[in-house]
Amino acid sequence: MVHVSLESISKVYPNGVRAVQPTSFNIEKGEFIVLVGPSGCGKSTLLRMMAGLEEITEGDLSIAGRVVNDIDPAERDIAMVFQNYALYPHMTVYNNMAYGLRNRGMGKTEIDKAVKEAATMLNLTEYLERRPSQLSGGQRQRVAMGRAIVRSPSLFLFDEPLSNLDAKLRGQMRIEIKALQRRLGVTSVYVTHDQVEAMTMADRIIVLNGGRIEQIGTPAEVYHQPASTFVASFMGAPPMNLLPARYNGNGRVHLSETVHIEAPGQANYSGDIRLGVRPENVGIVGASHPDALRFDLEFVEELGAGRLLHGKVGESGLIVHIPHTDPIPSDEVYVDLPKSALLMFDPATGARL
Amino acid sequence: MKRAGFNQLGLPVMLLLPQLIIIAVFFYWPAVFAIYSSFYLQDPFGFGSTFVALENYTGLLSSAEYRKVAVFTVVFSLLVTFLSLSIALLLAVKADKVIRGARTYRTLLMWVYAVAPPVAGFMGVMMFNQGTGPITEFLALFGWEFKLGVNFNDTALAMVVVAAWNQIPVNFIFFLSGLQSIPQSVKEAAMIDNRSGVRRFWDVTFPLLAPTAFFLLVINITYSLFDTFGTVDTLVKGEPGNNPMTLVYKVYVDGFRGNDLGGSSAQSVILMVLVLLLTVFQFRLIDRRIHYT
Repeated sequence: MVHVSLESISKVYPNGVRAVQPTSFNIEKGEFIVLVGPSGCGKSTLLRMMAGLEEITEGDLSIAGRVVNDIDPAERDIAMVFQNYALYPHMTVYNNMAYGLRNRGMGKTEIDKAVKEAATMLNLTEYLERRPSQLSGGQRQRVAMGRAIVRSPSLFLFDEPLSNLDAKLRGQMRIEIKALQRRLGVTSVYVTHDQVEAMTMADRIIVLNGGRIEQIGTPAEVYHQPASTFVASFMGAPPMNLLPARYNGNGRVHLSETVHIEAPGQANYSGDIRLGVRPENVGIVGASHPDALRFDLEFVEELGAGRLLHGKVGESGLIVHIPHTDPIPSDEVYVDLPKSALLMFDPATGARL
Repeated sequence: MKRAGFNQLGLPVMLLLPQLIIIAVFFYWPAVFAIYSSFYLQDPFGFGSTFVALENYTGLLSSAEYRKVAVFTVVFSLLVTFLSLSIALLLAVKADKVIRGARTYRTLLMWVYAVAPPVAGFMGVMMFNQGTGPITEFLALFGWEFKLGVNFNDTALAMVVVAAWNQIPVNFIFFLSGLQSIPQSVKEAAMIDNRSGVRRFWDVTFPLLAPTAFFLLVINITYSLFDTFGTVDTLVKGEPGNNPMTLVYKVYVDGFRGNDLGGSSAQSVILMVLVLLLTVFQFRLIDRRIHYT
């Protein structure tokens, strides 16, 4: 069931800058959507347009079957969690959560019940009478979540809510938010520039670049079947290897004049390409392997759980990820780019062939 | 930060000396002298003085005229403070929303600050002039015969208007910077929580402005009590007779016009105590209560 729908939504600022190109997508009820992209890609603008904090230049936005373009943020039945928490510094934790409910004319006992319930859920019960300034970053983040939860809105909006937290807390809050969203079943849109957050939390990821959607898909689709070189290099750390190559339509990909390997599939294209392969899909093989390519190992990055081998195949840089159980190869190293893991991209447009 | 130390006492004392001398000459010495002379009755022609203990004070407190001036001063200060703060707040809230030409708008509003109180008083005299003042003529349209310097209430009104007008720009700038230091996201969170802009202002914006507002409250009370001397002086045209005046102006009138240095000193000591109380009030009470961080 479609819960939120965007139809050719675009944003042009008064100074003429087009922040969001006409964009359309639907969000199913209960779905967790992550908008991800580098800074300036329009992800926050898109979210703020959904919240009603930013005017929609063109297009229609509907939430729960109602076009909300001209509806006040307070009347859209949404709740938003901000990057810097945006708590009311002069109100106690309790009042921070209750403020929105009071303005909706909810009764005192109902408000009390809702706030206490949210506080229990978020382990905030003992902090209800404190001011935000007396809380730690993680606790403030929880209060911001609580303020959103008590409203039981039909849509949650998250604007980079974890980027002000330290790495450890971020990992923990990531799981808490995701679990909470599952439990409450509220449709959510989450903006982040962190591809790990996007991969771990999303039901579907929307990758944005330059105000345009690059790809919409599940985390697995976006990771394994990137629609463009941008998505391939943005998602995943380290990013996908993109080797310059030639494809002549004869079933072979030429990495150089003499080195060629089997192409991953048929494409109605001939000319220069970028050959994409994830570092963990590259295999270390013996010299006798039929598709063995000579790999000039330059240095090794230790990750603990594995190792990254940085080096070159011919003239192009290649990163190989090997498990920590494998020995660090020495002397002559040969790699195999398995056909099933290869992707071909058009170097001019970046699109996958 | 590394703390710099001095080996001998000489250099730091030398460095502090100019400041200490200025404070001593222009504050401590006159203050001590005022306290001293408030216990004496000075001969108007300068032939010595007699110790009268607290007679100057008791005389003041039982004087109906002093009470009248004190009451007027309180009313005047409250009105000036209220008007200059509320009008400045209104202007600041509106200026905060201006996007195009914001700088020009703010500069225009700031210009009044460059007008010194006596000049402001003089402009008030021209505006409220009985024969040619535009405001007088405007009020005449409604049948109000405005008599500056003759009618007590009319003069008082002109005094309040000019004094408040002169103080608005300072308040405006403080309020505006206070408004602009409120995080945008807090305002946005409030937009999602409450649809009424007016309620949002009183529930969220105003409480966050409270530290600025309380600071300005003290500044404005001090201003209306003391700095309005020049305004009062030009508006009453040196004829304090039946005209309204503030306590500070009365110190001047009694001391330098009436040659009652003892009584005038007693008045200024009372004012000094008042300032002391105001300052303590600001630093002790308010600074502790209104900061949220």
